[in-house]
Amino acid sequence: MRTKPAIALEGISKSFPGVRALSKVSLALHPGSVTALVGENGAGKSTLVKILTGIYQPDEGVIRVDGAPTRFPSASSAARAGVTAIHQETVLFDELSVAENIFLGHAPRIGPGLIDWRKMNADARALLARVGADLDPSIRLRDLGIASKHLVAIARALSIDARVVIMDEPTAALSHKEIHELYELVDRLKADGKAILFISHKFDEIFRIADRYTVFRDGSMVGEGLIAETTQDDLVRLMVGRDIGQVFPKQAVAIGEPVLTVSGYRHPTEFEDINFELRRGEILGFYGLVGAGRSEFMQSLIGITKPSAGAVRLDGEVRVIRSPADAIAAGIVYVPEERGRQGAIIGLPIFQNVTLPSLSRTSRAGFLRLAEEFALARDYTARLDLRAASFDQDVGTLSGGNQQKVVIAKWLATKPKVIILDEPTKGIDIGSKAAVHAFMSELAASGLSVIMVSSEIPEIMGMADRVIVMREGRIAARFERDALSAEGLVRAAAGIREAA
Amino acid sequence: MADVQRADGHGADGQRVARHIPDRREGRAARMLKGWEALLVAVAAAIFLVNSFASPYFLDPWNLSDATFNFTEKAMIAFAMALVIISGEIDLSVASIIALTSTAMGYAVQLGFDTPALVTVGLATGLLCGALNGALVTGLGLPSIVVTIGTMSLFRGLSFIILGDQAFTGYPASFSWFGQGYVWWVFSFEFCLFLLFAVVYGVLLHRTSFGRTIYAIGNNPTAALFSGVRVGRVKFLLFLLTGLMSAVAAICLTARLGSTRPSIALGWELEVVTMVVLGGVNILGGSGTIPGVVLAALIMGMVTFGFGLLNVPGIVMSIFIGLLLITVIALPILYGRLRRRVTH
Repeated sequence: MRTKPAIALEGISKSFPGVRALSKVSLALHPGSVTALVGENGAGKSTLVKILTGIYQPDEGVIRVDGAPTRFPSASSAARAGVTAIHQETVLFDELSVAENIFLGHAPRIGPGLIDWRKMNADARALLARVGADLDPSIRLRDLGIASKHLVAIARALSIDARVVIMDEPTAALSHKEIHELYELVDRLKADGKAILFISHKFDEIFRIADRYTVFRDGSMVGEGLIAETTQDDLVRLMVGRDIGQVFPKQAVAIGEPVLTVSGYRHPTEFEDINFELRRGEILGFYGLVGAGRSEFMQSLIGITKPSAGAVRLDGEVRVIRSPADAIAAGIVYVPEERGRQGAIIGLPIFQNVTLPSLSRTSRAGFLRLAEEFALARDYTARLDLRAASFDQDVGTLSGGNQQKVVIAKWLATKPKVIILDEPTKGIDIGSKAAVHAFMSELAASGLSVIMVSSEIPEIMGMADRVIVMREGRIAARFERDALSAEGLVRAAAGIREAA
Repeated sequence: MADVQRADGHGADGQRVARHIPDRREGRAARMLKGWEALLVAVAAAIFLVNSFASPYFLDPWNLSDATFNFTEKAMIAFAMALVIISGEIDLSVASIIALTSTAMGYAVQLGFDTPALVTVGLATGLLCGALNGALVTGLGLPSIVVTIGTMSLFRGLSFIILGDQAFTGYPASFSWFGQGYVWWVFSFEFCLFLLFAVVYGVLLHRTSFGRTIYAIGNNPTAALFSGVRVGRVKFLLFLLTGLMSAVAAICLTARLGSTRPSIALGWELEVVTMVVLGGVNILGGSGTIPGVVLAALIMGMVTFGFGLLNVPGIVMSIFIGLLLITVIALPILYGRLRRRVTH
């Protein structure tokens, strides 16, 4: 492939406070070629897409369009250069018609401010035909399924004469048949001479449609080449092969008797057939790709969503949990992944955040006792090394890491038997991560049972005693600590069969 | 109240005091001085001074006592409304609940009910209206602004159907005491009830775990739910409370007027919401205090009274209420920006 790249990134770096998201990465996308971008969660793929589409500005490095250095100061400048992205959730407008979605911002006009509807609908129909979609351009987008919406997004890409098409996990929400139609479409775009960047966790589809691959790990490019010259095993090794730079404060804990037994948990759309035991002093890791149903299952365990079947036993007794209040009373607590939305109550002071689920303990006959609230907040946040100016400070003024400490303290103050931590260190700085990990070990050592949902392989391997891997709502594999391997986890999560 | 522990050393920067975290950064006095309530006290004092200079009749105890009727009934509803708004909801049907409650009591009078029975009918009607609002909002998950605009028309429409263009009169003398009676000297039953509810709601919101959950829901209903707060149940109870307080206000108002017409308390929902927002309650939910609402009630009462003494026509009063509503929504935002600029 000796064509000139349509777009090339050279030595791009991007940092956020406390994180180096991309470190001197280079990537060239050639016309008529599909490049697969693979890497774990947090490897820097989305940051790269945002730089390519003008949402983020790189700290250093050059973007070249047809060899000429260019800057994308805004999303519209990237669009003008012919770069378009189709996301997991496509950015389209449900209330507008298909044709309006395709031509939004560049509709054909018959005069200033007057849209040429006839031409717009005719052009839309022609574009839809090119992507193989038999859709009426005048119907509203909300009436379409997700696959058809993808087609509309692609038609839009064609309408602005995009030369570079970025597809960010386009098949994540599609059915088997729709995925095949998408593959055909990618082939057609390729034949049209588009340069395509295809981001996916699914190895089978990468090997089906990509010509080249680029592997990211921890913000750096660690490998690239032709798909024809590599194997799935090589890619997995590139993705996970890392020096264990981080040291995890895992303590040796004598694992006790089963505390929580979950049997036959299922939900009509999110998960099926979940069975496991959790023992005293154990840290049980739940690994899987985003969308594997882990959070949904955990939330049904605490009564947020109702499972269609299944039973929970706690210390051998069957417990019926219909609401988070029931779960707290039973001794199961859940530290949610979305800290800002589900965890911290921004606007309330730190101490009120900590005591909210424990108010029955810090009050008498429904009347608050502030001194007891402050004592409880002090007691539980001190163990996590909270940094704050005062306990009546709004929790929203704290850093992400310290907010997370407040949220964890809130749950510990309820004196649970089982604590579920959903992505406990996502988006927090290294120092706070270490504090959370150290604390998790102490919890297990003190006889608590911990479920840790994590998409970070080092965290899973460093902290968990056992690991359950979920894929598409089911338990795909179980590993004991001594049988853990990064490659095994990735294979199970992505559904790759063992190499013969 | 916990002891206020001062950070050691000079300058209270987060880094230096990180290891020992004080309960509170500022003492009670400093916090009170910075609050919205301090501003309201100053405004109330200013209006009091202006009024006493503007009219020689203002400082007469009986005149002042009469003036309290300007706000007591609205303020009782405003206490419950404050709780609803802090929780992130709103109840615009309160004035229509007054109309329907008053109509129900007027109907009961025609059937020969005595005073205790009338009060029971009134409170039950208010609770039923509140229960309907609460069920629609929490059971069906509808937005409260839409639900209560709907029930606002529904409740008043029902009382129009029952009453037509006539009025119910003939309330027993013992019933009129609720609107016209005096407990001691110049202190009317209504004013004493206002003070009692101010204390009850102040304690409920600021001193009980139920009050705490209202703030939690108003700031982040999802996180409150995840924290084991029974969000639906709390909201339902709050709508019951506004229904109940509207019924109490309806009893006082009907007793004071001695008759029921379908246009009774028309437009009061606007004044009640204005009072709550003037009291420093965030219209988007999450913050506000009962002392603030009490001060706002006194301010609005004094302004109305002052306008009355100066013979200002009623339409000017409604222009004033409209402007006040916009101002008090804008002011806390500007005030917050200013405070941020000062503290940083």
